[in-house]
Amino acid sequence: MNHWIIIPVILPAMVAPLIVLGMRNDLTLQRIASIAATVALLAVSALLLVQASTSGPQVYLLGNWAAPFGIVLVLDRLSALMVALTALLALGVVLYAVGSGWDGRGKNFHALFQFQLMGICGAFLTGDAFNLFVFFEILLIASYGLMIHAGGRDRLRAGVQYVVFNLAGSTLFLFALGAIYAITGTLNMADLAVKVADLPEGHDALLRVAGVLLLIVFAVKGALVPFQFWLPGTYALAPGPVAALFAVMTKVGAYAILRFYTLIFGPEVEATGTFYANLLVPLALVTLVVGMVGVLGARSLARLAAFAAIGSMGTLFLAMSDFTPLSTAATLYYLIHSTIAAALMFLVADMVLERRGNTLLVPRPPIARHGLIAALFFASAIAMAGMPPLSGFLGKLLILDALGDRADMAITWSAILITSLIAIVGMSRAGSIVFWKAHAISGDPAEVRPMPLAFTATFGMLGVLVAMTVLAGPLMGWLQETADQVHDTGAYIDAVLGLGATEDN
Amino acid sequence: MEILVASAIGLMTASGVYLVLRLRAWPVILGLTMLTYAVNVFLFTSGRLVVDMPAILSADAGGYADPLPQALVLTAIVISFGMTAVAVMMALGAFLEAGDDRVEMTDQEDRK
Repeated sequence: MNHWIIIPVILPAMVAPLIVLGMRNDLTLQRIASIAATVALLAVSALLLVQASTSGPQVYLLGNWAAPFGIVLVLDRLSALMVALTALLALGVVLYAVGSGWDGRGKNFHALFQFQLMGICGAFLTGDAFNLFVFFEILLIASYGLMIHAGGRDRLRAGVQYVVFNLAGSTLFLFALGAIYAITGTLNMADLAVKVADLPEGHDALLRVAGVLLLIVFAVKGALVPFQFWLPGTYALAPGPVAALFAVMTKVGAYAILRFYTLIFGPEVEATGTFYANLLVPLALVTLVVGMVGVLGARSLARLAAFAAIGSMGTLFLAMSDFTPLSTAATLYYLIHSTIAAALMFLVADMVLERRGNTLLVPRPPIARHGLIAALFFASAIAMAGMPPLSGFLGKLLILDALGDRADMAITWSAILITSLIAIVGMSRAGSIVFWKAHAISGDPAEVRPMPLAFTATFGMLGVLVAMTVLAGPLMGWLQETADQVHDTGAYIDAVLGLGATEDN
Repeated sequence: MEILVASAIGLMTASGVYLVLRLRAWPVILGLTMLTYAVNVFLFTSGRLVVDMPAILSADAGGYADPLPQALVLTAIVISFGMTAVAVMMALGAFLEAGDDRVEMTDQEDRK
């Protein structure tokens, strides 16, 4: 067995208690430990990425209990990609948090941050549905702490809403898992795929209900309309670096939907067929419209970024709902892009917040480092809206191409193109009010301590987007193979259940 | 027994949903607690309702009680207990900071 697979879970799980217990009064030590752990996580995830691309799905049996009886972790290209994306984003975020001083404004930022990484990496790696629930709870409970980091009345109130919404979602998750267990008698994802594929007659209705419940749970995470209400308040009021990290949390929902509805409830399953894909299309269309109209109507930069994130999730789910290897490859490209771009936008909004006390879209005197921040916002807006030359444009082009053969192509194409235009208008409006009209008002910018590390982290994220654009060809080739692997469910099932059989002897 | 368990789950879920939709933090948290009670019993029944059966397969017994849902319920209880504690602390923090325990945010707060 390849023991590297469990390191992305173990490493943060070990570092976080160490930070709480051994370094609680020393911020410098905490910073060193947290950055070192994140760099190590990135290195391990790069190693896993290489391993996943050179071999088929690999299985890690926890406690060496054979699947489907024990819990398994599964490393395939998709999960390796998601872990690597998380680690890359986390490095940028932790550098920004240190550079901007956000981590010192409350206690335990770095410990919660590491626990959050543990939950996210675990959710991407697990091959067991109940274990997925457990990792969801780990990432949620850490996110509750991060969300209200540094406190404040509005943040706490938004935090309560966020907690209540997600607790209700967790309850629903348990209902779905209970129903699935009652029907199939297993919760191992590969075993579920086998059991669901040849389900005895008479259980179809209950299975479909359980599938819809699961879809709702993942839609809550992925901010799919009508379950997006928690997102704008949470993301806009969370500390900037936390909101940037949360950009990958919505992708946990997207990943779970991609995994479950290709592996277990795929279109070839008799009991469910394309039921879920058909459900996803209208919801994704509405999400796209709500998000981009929200961008146009937002009253502050932070809220604009939050609605842009909802809109990008709409685009993502629309592309995903086709459930073919071609569309999945496009989805994955856009997923990487939108995670980094949304995080970049939250960080820029935080830089503005830092320098003028709010991000309201009203003209104020210029802020310190005005030009640099304006340029960063310009770049992030181009990326989010999907204009050339950055990777958002390529991502949307790939999605349009993948959806071009569908019967509802007229609707999906016009939805994506028109909402892109709305987003461009909304972001230009916001950018001109905040950054250009500022020059009409005289006043010296308040002195702010220079934050070289924060700017480095932000430009680093922009660099990732540029790299994604330049290296789009090789990246797409790799992602196409990944998408093929995602849809080749046989290999996944064989890896999990086959390994269990051989280890028995 | 089936009717008793089913109606208990249904009643707890219904009252939980009703309470979650209230506007004050305290009833909402009580509602979440009711929902987790309901889901715990539901998970328990997902291994089928049986009486007086061993929790393991045995040649002598006529059947067995599925032990897996019991393990799942145990995990779910621990997690929901922790989550409820976090929710109570956050609601308390919001109450102390804001002076009231409304769950919804006013337009003024929403604009930020």
